[in-house]
Amino acid sequence: MTDNSKTRVVVGMSGGVDSSVTALLLKEQGYDVVGVFMKNWDDTDENGVCTATEDYNDVALVANQIGIPYYSVNFEKEYWDKVFTYFLEEYKKDRTPNPDVMCNKEIKFKAFLDYAMDIGADYVATGHYARIERDADGTARMLRGVDNNKDQTYFLNQLSQEQLSRVMFPLGEMDKKEVRKIAEEANLATAKKKDSTGICFIGERDFKQFLMNYLPAQPGDMMTIDGEVKGRHDGLMYYTIGQRKGLGIGGGGISNEPWFVVGKDMKKNVLYVGQGYHHEKLYSTHLNASEISFTTNEDRPDTFRCTAKFRYRQTDVGVTVRMNEDHTEAVVEFDEPARAITPGQAIVFYDGEECLGGGTIDAAYNHSEELQYV
Amino acid sequence: MKDAIYLDHASTSPMHPDAAKEMAEALTGQFGNASSIHRFGRSSRGFLDQARQVFAKSIHADPSEIIITSGGTESDNTAILKTAEAREHLGKHIITTSVEHHAVIRPMEYLESKGFEVTYLPVDQKGRIQPEDVKEALRPDTILVSVMYGNNEVGTVMPIEEIGAIIKESDAPAYFHTDAVQAYGLLDIDVQRDNIDLLSVSAHKINGPKGLGFLYVKDGIYLPSFMLGGEQEMKRRAGTENIPGIIGFKKAAEIMMAERQSRRERYRELAKKMLEELDTLGVETEMNGDPEHSLGHILNLHIKGVKSEQLIIHLDLAGIAVSAGSACTAGNIDPSHVLTAMYGAEHAAISESLRISFGMGNTVEDAVQTAQAIKNAADRLKKE
Repeated sequence: MTDNSKTRVVVGMSGGVDSSVTALLLKEQGYDVVGVFMKNWDDTDENGVCTATEDYNDVALVANQIGIPYYSVNFEKEYWDKVFTYFLEEYKKDRTPNPDVMCNKEIKFKAFLDYAMDIGADYVATGHYARIERDADGTARMLRGVDNNKDQTYFLNQLSQEQLSRVMFPLGEMDKKEVRKIAEEANLATAKKKDSTGICFIGERDFKQFLMNYLPAQPGDMMTIDGEVKGRHDGLMYYTIGQRKGLGIGGGGISNEPWFVVGKDMKKNVLYVGQGYHHEKLYSTHLNASEISFTTNEDRPDTFRCTAKFRYRQTDVGVTVRMNEDHTEAVVEFDEPARAITPGQAIVFYDGEECLGGGTIDAAYNHSEELQYV
Repeated sequence: MKDAIYLDHASTSPMHPDAAKEMAEALTGQFGNASSIHRFGRSSRGFLDQARQVFAKSIHADPSEIIITSGGTESDNTAILKTAEAREHLGKHIITTSVEHHAVIRPMEYLESKGFEVTYLPVDQKGRIQPEDVKEALRPDTILVSVMYGNNEVGTVMPIEEIGAIIKESDAPAYFHTDAVQAYGLLDIDVQRDNIDLLSVSAHKINGPKGLGFLYVKDGIYLPSFMLGGEQEMKRRAGTENIPGIIGFKKAAEIMMAERQSRRERYRELAKKMLEELDTLGVETEMNGDPEHSLGHILNLHIKGVKSEQLIIHLDLAGIAVSAGSACTAGNIDPSHVLTAMYGAEHAAISESLRISFGMGNTVEDAVQTAQAIKNAADRLKKE
């Protein structure tokens, strides 16, 4: 067995079961493991209590069980500047941002990675469900997590080779059940803790209420593409392309099918709705994406074929990617028309198991017609 | 090279082996309740009385003026909250400083919420208050002045004797309380010379056990008991006495009194050595505190350009335990109110200061090894 004791791995510990097991596995492999808890958001309530303190207490419990030092670091300012500001800006444009992608790119694998290097890390590790495979030449390739249901490469698509070369994802080889089992067998304090849900800074709170604290809502008409008013909307930012719930309109008409969000018109402040899951305005033949980024530094032709996901936990679809000259923007053509492309979300490219990278969706098209999604 | 070096004695200190030994023996051997009539009780009572004599002597007080408590926090809380309660009819004004320990600040804030007025005296850049400021702040309705003896973060010693004299001369109905938790064990504290009415002490800062301390209450002052119950401590503090702990505390106090002078000199030497080493290694530092009025065991250094939060982690991973000016616990950054009071909130020292505090067992080699570790960490952290 290789001697890992001289290799320092700083584990981002959230107080959840995944990062607890990450730290445990690395410690068992003999690494010099250091746990660090990140506080990115101040959610102190009127009684001065915040969930971060409870989570930190769990980190302390687990770290002491495993026998590793643990510390905490505050990235509230960085998170606000890089993630939350972006999040609000996107909503202002009536797009649907993905703060998890941004958090990984700017906080967990930038601010935190830098911090870890400062305290002598050779690698950082997190409890993400993804795998890293290292080529003989040192290239780190990011592969999907073995647990298809938990695979998180979609959120990690913006990581660069420089970032990935210093990252470990020990959970990528296992499924969630195994992780829970390891935690239970080791009697870790977090073994039975329930998974966090939703966007971290909103938590269990009502999303609309949260957003309303930061952005003024502008209610307007909800109508069909033909201009028939079907009701009122609470503000375009609250709706996502393809959304069914929360429209407040039932079936009706000849088909009696449910209604879906099929478009947004920012200038007129109109939310377009259409009947039926397969409404034609929900289907795109191609999209435009920017912020294109790749996980390796390999040369790449301007045009290539691969598979892609344009939302988390979706089955891959076949695509042709046509990039601009400097490979920062791309037109992504779908082999089959794709439903509910959402501006602001990520489009992520795969070659088999490998996550190649991805970009941010800006616009969707049905042949030559741009769909009115923002 | 040692695997671990402890330089955080101002936070807490290891028990002296002799004190630990006596305490360990008492844990099984001396279990009687000091209030009991029988021989087991009388035996415990004997140890309690002896300890009280030692504590009294250590500050030039009378044994009847010593109330044994659960530590510095209880002593401070009792002195402040119970003075306020007992003397509310004479006035609702209290004077303290902006650099007190939280065991003083929080009770003050509590009293403010209950309608008392608290004047927080400012400190100079060395962390010291001016005696004249106390004089000016005193009013006919001032019932308490609470000024710490020596500061726990920067080690600055306050002009206690002058303040005591000022209060004595004034017409204000003010008691003089001092939190001597950090100074006890390093300075010759004389409650008569300094005209002190109330004084707080903790055992664990002088190589005694945790969870014990005492409050000196000058003869003639009556404070209502904080803990209500039995008639222990002449009805001034209810609760069965922790006899084994008190035995350990007594031993630690005896050792402290015998060694105080030599300890302080040694800590000063270690601090000097550390500064010389850092200087030789080219680490740019500035001392926070007052070299002329210093407890001696605390060396608070502004390590220029190096974030203390990361520096203490580096040092910890290298086996060296120190503390920082600003703490980050559970990700919450808590800037030092002491450094803030000295320099203002924007000063770089607030996020770049290290508190090194010497104590029992520290050697010149520790100082040398730590200086080198600071140099290594600073180089790595400044590279950015």
